[in-house]
Amino acid sequence: MTGLDNLYREIIMEHYKNPRNKGLVENQDYRLFRIKNPSCGDDITIQTLVVDGIIKDCRHIGHGCSISMASASVLTELMIGKSVEEAEKIADNYLNMVANKEYDENIDLEEAEVFSGVRQFPARIKCASIAWVAFKDTLK
Amino acid sequence: MMNNPWKKDFPQLTDGSVYFDTAATSLKPQSVIEAVNHYYHDLSANIHRGMYEAAVITTELYERTRETVAHFINANPEEVIYTRSTTAGLNMVSYIYGLEKLNEGDEIIVSELEHHSSFLPWQNVAKKTGALIRFIELNQEGRITVEAFKKVLNDKTKVVALTYVSNVMGYITPIKEIIELAHQYQAIVIVDAAQAIQHIKVDVKDLDCDFLAFSGHKMLGPTGIGILFGKYALLKELDPMEYGGDMNEDVNKDVSTWKEAPFKFEAGTMPIASVLGLEAAIRYIENIGIQNIHEHVTKVHRYALAQLNQISGITIYNKGSETGIISFNIDNVPSHDAITFFAEKKVALRAGQHCAKLICDWLGIYSCMRASIYIYNTYKDVDLLVETVKQAVEYFQELGF
Ligand SMILES: Cc1ncc(COP(=O)(O)O)c(C=O)c1O
Repeated sequence: MTGLDNLYREIIMEHYKNPRNKGLVENQDYRLFRIKNPSCGDDITIQTLVVDGIIKDCRHIGHGCSISMASASVLTELMIGKSVEEAEKIADNYLNMVANKEYDENIDLEEAEVFSGVRQFPARIKCASIAWVAFKDTLK
Repeated sequence: MMNNPWKKDFPQLTDGSVYFDTAATSLKPQSVIEAVNHYYHDLSANIHRGMYEAAVITTELYERTRETVAHFINANPEEVIYTRSTTAGLNMVSYIYGLEKLNEGDEIIVSELEHHSSFLPWQNVAKKTGALIRFIELNQEGRITVEAFKKVLNDKTKVVALTYVSNVMGYITPIKEIIELAHQYQAIVIVDAAQAIQHIKVDVKDLDCDFLAFSGHKMLGPTGIGILFGKYALLKELDPMEYGGDMNEDVNKDVSTWKEAPFKFEAGTMPIASVLGLEAAIRYIENIGIQNIHEHVTKVHRYALAQLNQISGITIYNKGSETGIISFNIDNVPSHDAITFFAEKKVALRAGQHCAKLICDWLGIYSCMRASIYIYNTYKDVDLLVETVKQAVEYFQELGF
């Protein structure tokens, strides 16, 4: 596999083409956070519904590169059903992984593991992080 | 094409990479690097202060550079202000002129081709003074035309802030005609020459512009140095923006006085090494001749366009570009996906909004890739670019974009 194929893994392309949980809902109970990256034009909004400390729903909308879009889709699928505490731990771990920082390999990142290839592309760390950073802000 | 005679002067190019990002910042020739090093290695003195030899030499070189710049743009030395960059120069005008002189109901003309540094300072002035921003309607190709300019020019127009060459489209604005018209309405014109200065002869007397700004680092010079030209009659009238050392003449508890222009606009210790490097950059450009640079860039640009036009699966937004800038996208591929492919092949391009979101909006795109050509680019570089574009189209199509 060349470096680039490490980045554009099949699962990522699959999520890019068929994003899960896409589109926001009109509901005051959801918490919403939007991040724009003016240098590349990425624009992502994450919407999260937390009930009794459990993430009941997580949605996204926006536009950007395949990595940012797919990582938003994977994020939402992975987070639904998790407790807020678990979700934060996973998100931090994921963000460390894509930034090529130390991270805990024992924490199960499930499908988000496929973004490990981003580590070889420092210029793309932001792309893989933006949805996850926005997600964390919806929990605050 | 014969061997490129200039490429060898650029030590950044020895690793086999291909550089198509001059519009972001140019490479630096050895002579510029040496001028900067000369300051740090041999002089390292401040200007206008010390009496020892290194300080005297440094001051001489610093002021000689001002004359070199003045000669380069056909200004008088006292009209040449050292700044940090184009951004700093354009902002300074918005502070020393815009915020001071504009009032509610006055109008400021800009265009969607502006770099953020030529638009945001005036948006700020408009917000603070109650002045109104008016946009020149671009023609179908995305150009500023004199006809469209006339439609927004009126008795209320006080400021016209326009780019000389767009950093996304590469078009040359008919700025001389625009300035002449604006002056009939007593409006002043501020020219953003960041992408013009390295490509075409800039003559401030011929243009009759009121202010004009550019950056050293896009014209083979160092970062951290820019030039703001201002007509002396205006500079004489206007107050400084920054106050501090070196800009004052006499300091007292009650009132203080300032030096004459341009010195009253240069507070504190300036980027001296970069100033000296800028002189070397201008000498380098003058030795080649700006006309020769323009011809070379045009030749390489034509060669590139002829081949890129043959590739299906890409969209070029500015086929009429006059300054070696090619903005394009691979169809259905976000520019940040595409750019990674080029980076892997060691072809340096830029992707994104290029600090010019308004023209991206006008084009109806989120972002694009930009290849910009300069003297060190060769036909061979273009061949690699074209080959990489073809490979990228295929690669992303196969991935299912
Ligand atoms: C047309 C134009 N104006 C202004 C600027 C700002 O220049 P700088 O970043 O050197 O201040 C640039 C460069 O990005 C530009 O291309």
